[in-house]
Amino acid sequence: MGYLCSATEEVAVSVQVLSRSATRDAPVWANPGSGRASRFLPGRGWLRLISLLAVVGVWQLLSATGVLPATRLASPATIAHTAYTLVTTDSPTYGTLQASLLVSAERWGIGLSLGVAIAVLLAVASGLSRIGEYAFDPLLNAARSIPLLGLLPLFIVWFGIGNMPKILIVVLGALFPMYVNTFAGIRGVDPKLGELGHVLGLSRWELVRHVVLPGSLPSALTGLRLSVVGSLLALVVGEQINANAGLGFMINTAEEFLANNIIMVCLFMYAVLGLLADGVVRLVERRALAWRREFAQ
Amino acid sequence: MATGVRAVSTARTTSSATAIASDQVAASVRDLSKRFGDRVVLDGLSLDIKAGEFVALIGRSGSGKSTLLRALAGLDREVSGSMAVAEPVAVAFQEPRLVPWKKVLDNVTLGLRVPEATRVAAGALDEVGLTERISAWPLTLSGGEAQRVSLARALVRSPSLLLLDEPFSALDALTTISMHRLVLQLWERHRPAVLLVTHDVDEALALADRVLVLGAGRIAYSATVDVPRPRDRNHPELTALRLRLLRELGVPMGDTDELI
Repeated sequence: MGYLCSATEEVAVSVQVLSRSATRDAPVWANPGSGRASRFLPGRGWLRLISLLAVVGVWQLLSATGVLPATRLASPATIAHTAYTLVTTDSPTYGTLQASLLVSAERWGIGLSLGVAIAVLLAVASGLSRIGEYAFDPLLNAARSIPLLGLLPLFIVWFGIGNMPKILIVVLGALFPMYVNTFAGIRGVDPKLGELGHVLGLSRWELVRHVVLPGSLPSALTGLRLSVVGSLLALVVGEQINANAGLGFMINTAEEFLANNIIMVCLFMYAVLGLLADGVVRLVERRALAWRREFAQ
Repeated sequence: MATGVRAVSTARTTSSATAIASDQVAASVRDLSKRFGDRVVLDGLSLDIKAGEFVALIGRSGSGKSTLLRALAGLDREVSGSMAVAEPVAVAFQEPRLVPWKKVLDNVTLGLRVPEATRVAAGALDEVGLTERISAWPLTLSGGEAQRVSLARALVRSPSLLLLDEPFSALDALTTISMHRLVLQLWERHRPAVLLVTHDVDEALALADRVLVLGAGRIAYSATVDVPRPRDRNHPELTALRLRLLRELGVPMGDTDELI
């Protein structure tokens, strides 16, 4: 499954790279010899917003005309207003949106960082040595096959209802995709470059630093993007059970009051978290994999 | 840069390798054998390369040319016999093997332990005519450019022995000609001993002081090429030698000798 995911991601990444170079070239043939075309054709990012805005527009229209009843699905305007109210007023039931967001972001941040750090350490240990591989790889692969979210009741039995079980489930959500992809990246480094390192007289550490780790980076970063997604999913589920703070708690409370507008606001917040993190990873990817990007152009 | 003699000897033969002085002999191989399973690739091969000598090793594919080179480079330790090579040894491989995530200059300085490594490496890149590609990513280079970086990376280590493993076989004919010229130029300037592994008889004749034919796991034939460089391909001595080498390689020549 992990391999399947990483292959799909890989394709997504290269498609993105190709289309970026296409945009770069577009103004040249669209209007050779002048920069005017680029002013009339804004960046691809804006064009991509059109479909999104259209959907929101239609949604608002359907809500306003009563086709979508407000008790089932709030209109975009209502959701925006709800978000504004949740930010500006500290309600006794929900608290403020920003406080909940902070609690959730903290759980996620800690869990994701821990999960990624542990995964990288394990992947380096098992990727670089047979002993490490025999020690960790079978265990991790066995653990990976356990449905993650099914562990949650057990974690609550073990660790109670505080932050611990929630962060732990996020750690696991981040750990497996990162481990699998980083390990595969390390093992996938061209052995001919290893021979080169030997011929150039590199020490083992230099070989790891200059050849093995940078060589595993494309795969590791794919793993990181999958980890962001996996750990966010773990967070959403993890903090809806037995929580007394955070977005999950807000959703739970709103569910009791059938307040679908508040649920929508919280879901939107999760999406914002996911998009932000993905953006950061993409940025890192663009910088760290510059050697590959120039090849694609 | 450490200069010295690396001696490897294994159980089957007692070695006199350490007696080699690196200023006279660049490599000395005695009774080298290598088998892959039942297949004997090298069978008691012996070979000496003088310091500064340009030796070309030709042989049919699968004859063990690369196996010998890998043994000399220290990449294959599962051989029997004895071997001594004057350090440092540098290798340029068939594929340039540039590290794709290091820019051209960083590829050349990789593992280079001399003072002012960056300046030395830039000098080497200048010698192979790549000054303007110094900060390019390897994946953006042409085949010829990449191979020149690989040569610069080998030369910058001031090798006593330079091992070239079919470095031009993937290049087009025109690029190959200019690479031959470049290699001779660099060799004349730096004078490392060179062992060039190739399957191209003409390439061997254009470059080498001595051409060896590898057959049945040992040096089956050895010829000294006394024609001054740059060599005219149609020099009568080279023409005769070409026929002889092709015959040694087992290419059936029939009675065409008289026709040429």
